[in-house]
Amino acid sequence: MDALIGFWEWLGENFLLAQILIKIVAIVAPLMLCVAYFTYAERKIIGYMQVRIGPNRVGPKGWLQPIADAVKLMFKEIVIPSKANKALFLIAPMLTLGPALAAWAVFPFQEGMVLADINAGLLYILAMTSVGVYGVIIAGWASNSKYAFLGGLRSAAQIVSYEIAMGFALVGVLVAAGSLNLGEIVRAQQGEGGLFNWFWLPLLPLFVIYFVSGVAETNRAPFDVAEGESEIVAGFHVDYSGMPFAVFFLGEYANMILVSALTALLFMGGWLSPLPASWVEGVPLLGDGMHWMFAKTALFGFFFLWLRATFPRYRYDQIMRLGWKVFIPITIVWILVVGLAVVYQLPWWFD
Amino acid sequence: MTFELIVFYLFSAILVASATMVITRRNPVHSALFLVLAFFSCAAIWMLAEAEFLAIVLVLVYVGAVMVLFLFVVMMLDIDVATMKAGFIRYLPVGLLVTLAMLIEIFLVVGADNFGLDKFPSPAPAAADYNNTESLGNVLYTAYMYQFELAAVILLVAIIAAIGLTLRKRSGTEVRQQDPSRQVKVKKGPDRVRLVKMEAQD
Repeated sequence: MDALIGFWEWLGENFLLAQILIKIVAIVAPLMLCVAYFTYAERKIIGYMQVRIGPNRVGPKGWLQPIADAVKLMFKEIVIPSKANKALFLIAPMLTLGPALAAWAVFPFQEGMVLADINAGLLYILAMTSVGVYGVIIAGWASNSKYAFLGGLRSAAQIVSYEIAMGFALVGVLVAAGSLNLGEIVRAQQGEGGLFNWFWLPLLPLFVIYFVSGVAETNRAPFDVAEGESEIVAGFHVDYSGMPFAVFFLGEYANMILVSALTALLFMGGWLSPLPASWVEGVPLLGDGMHWMFAKTALFGFFFLWLRATFPRYRYDQIMRLGWKVFIPITIVWILVVGLAVVYQLPWWFD
Repeated sequence: MTFELIVFYLFSAILVASATMVITRRNPVHSALFLVLAFFSCAAIWMLAEAEFLAIVLVLVYVGAVMVLFLFVVMMLDIDVATMKAGFIRYLPVGLLVTLAMLIEIFLVVGADNFGLDKFPSPAPAAADYNNTESLGNVLYTAYMYQFELAAVILLVAIIAAIGLTLRKRSGTEVRQQDPSRQVKVKKGPDRVRLVKMEAQD
């Protein structure tokens, strides 16, 4: 063990680039595995909610189903429509997956456990998630199909609308925490009250709006009009097959995990334990740690699936109304409330 | 050549190349996408100048919002390239002349005579704990408060003017309209569903 730590420190001193690359792999590889098993969890959970069993044929209890899906998609033919714009058609899926993975660079999993501890972390994440929309738009345009095009346009309008509400919700968080650094935001939620010290309580409207906007940003049900299989076949990825389709799929699920993890980090205290520190002194697993981060992320991931199994698809004008006329005014008012609470040092959270 | 210089020239080359592509591509969607690439390389150069807040905001605002809407509009346009190219040769000399004049003006104003390294030596690199966002906020909300609020008011006026220009009231019975706020107010009980008791038929 000591030799390993020594080797790691030697690597950091002499081959910094190699050390950073190892860190990136250590984040991306488990993330990809999570994405694969998130699809399995989705099919199982929605199955049980609909009183079915879900996938149970490949491997014990169907555990190898995601692997089988991946292998199938990898060996399928990549069909490129003859009138499609070939280069953009193939770049589009990568533009969806790339930003979804790049955003994890500033994500702190635990105290001090972060790839790039930058000051403007929150802004960086907001910028990266807003870049992801290009994949959908370009896919819709490059496919040269009217269904795909309609899906791309719908998605562009929807994502731009909900980004504003999402951004305002994040403004509330950074006012409350007084920092753009994600680690600082978590540390600002630390306190004797355990889970009642986290930001979900003083920022409750922003918390709800952030998560719902996140669902809309990732084009998930009930906001999945960009796919809308009942009206525009499968929306922007109707012409995709094989690996490019799989990359779209990976990007969508990676984005879902990112939004879940960010909700956990910004509003639910990240790696902090829900129990007050004085209660769990020396008790294993109950103190602060990475496992709380993962548990909270899994909870919000479950909410994504629960929403999909529960709600019918929103009508397009209702989506726009919700974003512009309901969410944005609420966030603006609540930013004012949070600002006043911070200025007057409201006891319990901001004193 | 230091590493920084290599990075600078790399991104500058990408920036200039993509900017050239913006004006030379025939397909307007390609032009818009090259403009996105230009913004990205510009953000990278700003990042190199330790202006990370501005760099990220450039990506967030221009790439993430403005260009998306731009692309949205450009994709739906049906631009006839032939009409746009018509008279290219005829206007070329005038265009070149204007370009040359602008180029000379730019060089006179921001050239090495006024902004050379001897006039503005490169600042010492900031410490690791230097917070770009914080220092920008400190200046923006104290020394430049007046200008900042003026800009905000101008933007607000622009928003209201744009809405005022496009807002049109369509009335009359022949226009079918949906009012989502009335639709979502519908109650489950009396407004939407009426339960009727019926005798079983055989």
